[in-house]
Amino acid sequence: MNREQLADQAFTREALASTGRWRRLPFIADPKVRWAMGIGAAVYLALALASIEVNWERVAEGMSRALNFLGAFTQPDFLSRRDDIIDGILESLTMTLTSTVIGVALAIPVGLGAARNIAPLPIYLVCRSIITVSRTFQEIIIAILFVVMFGFGPLAGVITLAFATIGFMAKLLAEDIEDLDWRQVEAIRATGASWWQTMNHAVQPQVMARLIGLSMYRLDINFRESAVIGIVGAGGIGATLNTSMSRYEYDTSAAILLIIIAVVLLCEYGSSHVRRWTQ
Amino acid sequence: MPVSISPQGQPRWRLRTSRAQWLGYLAWLIGACLFLLCWKMISDNTMWVFVADAGRQGGDLISRMLPPDWHYAHRLWKPMWDTLNIATLGTLLGIAMAFPVAFLAARNTTPHPLIRSLALGLIVSSRSINSLIWAMLLVTILGPGVLAGIIAIALRSIGFIGKLLYEAIEEIHPTPVEAISATGARRLQVMSYGVLPQVLPAFAGISVYRWDINIRESTVLGLVGAGGIGLQLNAAINSLAWSQVSVIFLMIFVTVLASEWISARVRHAII
Repeated sequence: MNREQLADQAFTREALASTGRWRRLPFIADPKVRWAMGIGAAVYLALALASIEVNWERVAEGMSRALNFLGAFTQPDFLSRRDDIIDGILESLTMTLTSTVIGVALAIPVGLGAARNIAPLPIYLVCRSIITVSRTFQEIIIAILFVVMFGFGPLAGVITLAFATIGFMAKLLAEDIEDLDWRQVEAIRATGASWWQTMNHAVQPQVMARLIGLSMYRLDINFRESAVIGIVGAGGIGATLNTSMSRYEYDTSAAILLIIIAVVLLCEYGSSHVRRWTQ
Repeated sequence: MPVSISPQGQPRWRLRTSRAQWLGYLAWLIGACLFLLCWKMISDNTMWVFVADAGRQGGDLISRMLPPDWHYAHRLWKPMWDTLNIATLGTLLGIAMAFPVAFLAARNTTPHPLIRSLALGLIVSSRSINSLIWAMLLVTILGPGVLAGIIAIALRSIGFIGKLLYEAIEEIHPTPVEAISATGARRLQVMSYGVLPQVLPAFAGISVYRWDINIRESTVLGLVGAGGIGLQLNAAINSLAWSQVSVIFLMIFVTVLASEWISARVRHAII
């Protein structure tokens, strides 16, 4: 829309307002784009809703199970599968910690390589493609491949989570390095510092606080993910949860879900403390 | 910064006091011990015979995946359409539920502190539980199919959109709200003319961002029976048809990259 039309529109809006028929500005300014998007969305919705097949008999049958599940949340059963739950949670926690430490340690060199302002082009491209592959595939897909390679058990889970951590941390670290304050790097270089000393005294102090905050956040994500990758045999609480659900033992499932929520809450509370402490 | 005196009587600048230095060393020591303990537990539960074999297994896997079975791609259009529908409809449903929850959870728009803590509890429980677990649960309740996937994605999205949106609402400028209230507007009118215009760009950005994440998540929901391309993936893996698996992987890769590009462009245009 050009300036004349805009001025014209503002004039009409003022005239309308003086007669008490004021209306707010639309979210998308161009009426053609607005209508096209509206019609496009309506057509898509119609097509999408038409292509969904729902077996309503099966849904009606499941409603009693839904009630059972909601009822189970009011009286979760922590005791009858206590040993399985404790083993699963401990395994999940150990996997979380190990994979976060390994993942962050590996993500730092990849992140340095993926920052365009400090890495040469070939290294930049290699590191960026590692990040893209790691971020595109869901943890569970990677877990399937690593279970085939390393056998069932928590090691496959640790490697999966560490791999996913690399993509997440390295991308955010690289973005952080790309918009750091370049004057500090120049100041350190002017003293004749080597590459290693420049990284240590100019780059690291600028990104450290955020790196710690992100690691704590990733710890939290890795715990949540470790509850899932057990479904394909990569260790953790997921296997116990999956078994309890397919046996319709909803009271045990509810207990496990409540424990997961509690651990995530504790993690968030702890990480906010650590972040306040480091900054 | 602390100064210490060297044996020759020269002052020396140091980054930390001795106490802080030793506390730092202690923290590193405890961290390292904890890591080694965890690693020991994992190593005890691992069959190292299989791990020694991993390189050969990996090579074998790649040789089976190549070349991809391109003819199989024709059978993937319908599942891919289902996957896109699960992500999009799930996001829409999630937005519809997250929108009121966010207003109830924000400190400056909530009607009562008790309702606020309830809404915050809802957001935390939705965020803590992965969409795959929601899907697993819903498949046992609603039966396998696309519907379970849509609802699973929606339930997981409530927490994400709700959290980011209520933080945006808490950060709004109070002056427009005061101006609208001064005209004698009712509570809902203040929301609609004072609060909503300020958070609408952030809200649109958050929703598109979540849509992009949901595309990624909906590709695997089929592993537990909730429809989409994951069903095909599960079938191909169970029948050890690795040349079909590689086609599915490529398809997921391209779709996710495309959705990420679209979402980045839209967010760039809005914000």
